[in-house]
Amino acid sequence: MTIQADLYLEQAVTRIEGPLLFVRRLVEVGLNDAVEVIGIDGRTRLGRVAAVDETVMTIETLDTTSGLSMAGTRIRLIGEPVTFALGPGILGRVFDGVGRVADGGPPVAAQIKSPIDGAIINPLRRAKPEDFIETGISAIDLLDSLVRGQKLPIFSAGGLPHNRLAVEIALHARLRSTRDEPFAIVFAGIGVPYDQAERFRRTLEEGGALGHTALFLNLASDSSAQRLLTPRFALTAAEYLAYHEGRHVLVIMTDMTNYCEALREVSASHGEIPSRKGYPGYMYSDLATLYERAGRIHGRAGSVTQIPILTMPADDITHPIPDLTGYITEGQITLDRKLDRAGIHPPIGVLPSLSRLMKDGIGAGFTHPDHPALANQLYAAYARTMGIRLLAGVVGADGLTRTDRLFLEFGERFEHRFIAQPDGPRTLEQSMALGWELLKPLPDTELSRLSDAQIQHHLRAGN
Amino acid sequence: MNQAAIRWISGPVLRAVTRDPFTIQEAVLVGGKGILGEVIRMQEDEITVQLFEDGTGLRPGDPVTGHGLPLSVRLGPDILGNIFDGLLRTLGGEERDFLRPGQMALPVVHFHFTPLAEPGRILKGGDPLGSVQPANKAGKEQLILIPPDRAGEVLWIAPAAEYDTNATLCQLRDHHGQTQTITMCHFWPVRRPRPVARRLPVGPPLLTGQRVLDTLFPVARGGKAMVPGGFGTGKTVLLETIAKWCDADVIVYLGCGERGNEMAGVLDEFPKLEDPRSGRPLMERMVVIANTSNMPVAAREASVYTGITVAEYFRDQGLKVALMADSTSRWAEALREVSGRLGELPGEAGYPAYLSTRLAEFYERASRVITLSGKNGSLTVMGAVSPPSSDFSEPVTIQTKRYVRNFWALDRKRAQARFYPAIDPITSYSEDADSLAAWWSQEGAPAWAIQRRRLLTLLEEQTRLERMARILGKDALPPGQRLTLLCAELVNDGFLRQSAFSVKDRHASPRKQIRMLALLIRFMERAEAAVTNGLSVERIAAQPIMRRLQRMGEEIDDTELERFDELDALLEADFSALVGTDGQEQQP
Repeated sequence: MTIQADLYLEQAVTRIEGPLLFVRRLVEVGLNDAVEVIGIDGRTRLGRVAAVDETVMTIETLDTTSGLSMAGTRIRLIGEPVTFALGPGILGRVFDGVGRVADGGPPVAAQIKSPIDGAIINPLRRAKPEDFIETGISAIDLLDSLVRGQKLPIFSAGGLPHNRLAVEIALHARLRSTRDEPFAIVFAGIGVPYDQAERFRRTLEEGGALGHTALFLNLASDSSAQRLLTPRFALTAAEYLAYHEGRHVLVIMTDMTNYCEALREVSASHGEIPSRKGYPGYMYSDLATLYERAGRIHGRAGSVTQIPILTMPADDITHPIPDLTGYITEGQITLDRKLDRAGIHPPIGVLPSLSRLMKDGIGAGFTHPDHPALANQLYAAYARTMGIRLLAGVVGADGLTRTDRLFLEFGERFEHRFIAQPDGPRTLEQSMALGWELLKPLPDTELSRLSDAQIQHHLRAGN
Repeated sequence: MNQAAIRWISGPVLRAVTRDPFTIQEAVLVGGKGILGEVIRMQEDEITVQLFEDGTGLRPGDPVTGHGLPLSVRLGPDILGNIFDGLLRTLGGEERDFLRPGQMALPVVHFHFTPLAEPGRILKGGDPLGSVQPANKAGKEQLILIPPDRAGEVLWIAPAAEYDTNATLCQLRDHHGQTQTITMCHFWPVRRPRPVARRLPVGPPLLTGQRVLDTLFPVARGGKAMVPGGFGTGKTVLLETIAKWCDADVIVYLGCGERGNEMAGVLDEFPKLEDPRSGRPLMERMVVIANTSNMPVAAREASVYTGITVAEYFRDQGLKVALMADSTSRWAEALREVSGRLGELPGEAGYPAYLSTRLAEFYERASRVITLSGKNGSLTVMGAVSPPSSDFSEPVTIQTKRYVRNFWALDRKRAQARFYPAIDPITSYSEDADSLAAWWSQEGAPAWAIQRRRLLTLLEEQTRLERMARILGKDALPPGQRLTLLCAELVNDGFLRQSAFSVKDRHASPRKQIRMLALLIRFMERAEAAVTNGLSVERIAAQPIMRRLQRMGEEIDDTELERFDELDALLEADFSALVGTDGQEQQP
């Protein structure tokens, strides 16, 4: 017997339980095959084969089973796993969370069909990410640089301007090389409220970026099971644009916390044993199958860079969602509520932020030979400042030494002049000049991360 | 050959009906593509199989085949310098951009073989049969040993020439009178430790080139160390740095549930770096096993056994082997997931009750041994642990701590200040240190144990004083204590901090470490004497020698140790000048 595509089963459902349908197996099906469940209400629900034995198959619907009946339900067997039909026409379009056109326009002309779970990139064939992306944001460009093929999440929290930051990055990100390479944005709104999705679409349109953007919107009111598919459809589109069309794709996924909540909900409905805080034990592996889809491949022109955004529940970085994300992604940009309150935008909390791939994209041959040392020294000085602030909070400024007071002044300027960018995006050169400027008042003995030559050339020349 | 047919399948678990004598933990191939799995349970005519790969598309009736062997890997000279998945299947074979489940064709590699035995000799398991070198000369010479479970009289042995890895090299007649053929490769079950003649106590240090490790928290050859740290504290960079510069003959780097881009980084960087001892590309002594986090979980569970079996294979050739496992927490989580799927009763934090036993079995395979053929071999294991929420009281950290002798804790505060390696000198420890003092003494540092102890006490004292300063203010501390803080900062900045990316600093030879340590100790002695005589700590802090000491690691290369003499002289000059002027100030 061969697999029979496009076959309808009727009168075969024997049991409906939560999101699961138990169906008599009258034809051959394979594990994970996609199906469509059509109720007497005429609605089509996407589903997949979750288990199969000699007589019965279990179908998991990725939508509500509300309104289904045993008698009138028809099952359409697709004969292959869930796929996404893709073509160059996906840019400039808006899709719902499961890849259906949602902007009222005509369907997209498809060139290929790709399974939405993607395939594992052979680690041997991965090209090392090392092309520096200039975002225009000093705290990222100078201190936690983003490179092509990286996955660098933004750890935010309720009320912080993570979406504004994401749009700013999407609009200003550019390569420093002069090569004119095709660029695209894939935006996945996961469980976002309607007004936020709309605001995002409008900002991209006004910034002139909508033409090279594919938008996937799973609204807060859509089903949880669909929410699990949204990033998979978006990443499948991104991989198509990168590896077939040769574009450099920036994928912004917001909000991953909603994704994890949906994962917890679906896992509970399957009756699985929960792990930390009720999240399933496989959440690490599940998130990895999404985040690991960032990268570059030898011999293929494009790249997939991911900026997932998540809101830390109760501002807690040790919560399972940011914790597991941090173990998979290549660093994190953390937003800080205190800076936000002080009116500093972007409110990037520098110390807990990190970019693991930064070392491969900066320094001689990439940005500036002294970039790594400068970033290092700014980090060391700011960390020192934080320690001194703690001390000053207890003993008062009088108990501090002169050097300590210099650090306090450095910290003020660092936050208000360097992290804050009221004047808009900066080039890396501007950011670096500002960084050197801030270090000038500190004595040489406190600049142990800089060489004598660097101190002489950047800080003491002309004095 | 055992045969079964799938009856039920869901996710990575299937049940199949059979009449053949399958055994528990037997490796099986499933379906037309040959997806690898393992028998995990049996009941009446049914076996339960766990798949190591994605089973999408499998359906009832598909065949399950087994050969009666537990999960085994093929060990041979073509492993060295290559990259594999968690089941030791090469990733380089077909140059595919994306991995798909199922069997892959093995590339055929040629080696030049030189026999080391002759017909008539009685060879037992572990005896050398010959040596091989890659036909293109790009790679180390390796020994071919008789597999541990074979023995007999040599009937025929291949003459020196080029052969591929599947060619018969020798025929043995075993004690049953049966003829056995031996090739360059053999299979070994990954969960079974390879036999040795005798185990030895841990030996001389495994030199990592990292000062904070070699001097403060050294690990001995055949020892075991764990590196716990939250995300972003530098576990991977530390393990990679050790993999690059430690003085082992073979490195097995096991990426267990980690990032694909990191593997790309290793593959990009290592072939370009030179082994400082042999002058050959570092990649030639590496075996990379990559089970990235998006690969199936069951294969992750197997990958640590694969890694340590490969490491034992090289240890048996009489080599110094080091295994880096990053991260053992992902392995423990895989155990938890598989256990949950089997419906076993969960223990602490959902981990199976046998977590501790499995960890012990793994770390016990670290060893210094006399091999079956009488050689000295060692296998040092370093495992990263990724505690959830950086909480060191979680089960994997606690249980691992019971079986390792060295604890290298990474500290988030240090990492945030970009102070690397971010090893916390207060909570870390080394149980191997005491037995290594003799070695350092031979290297020209008879006072090593005392000096080391002194640094540790100084750093301990720093924590206490900083707590005090937070209440009283730094100015309220007496000069002696302010000096302690100054010295501790200097030790941190000038000795413990080491840049993995600076060409001069990434690796420090024992002699460089001895010189640096001696200089710091002398500075402390001089400064203490000066402060006792009434000199202010701030004057000392402003001396030119301070900045030179802070940066000596980055400024002085392993090959120019004589430049430390200049620092010695500068130190003496600074302090003579200080004491001189100070005397004048005090006189009127």
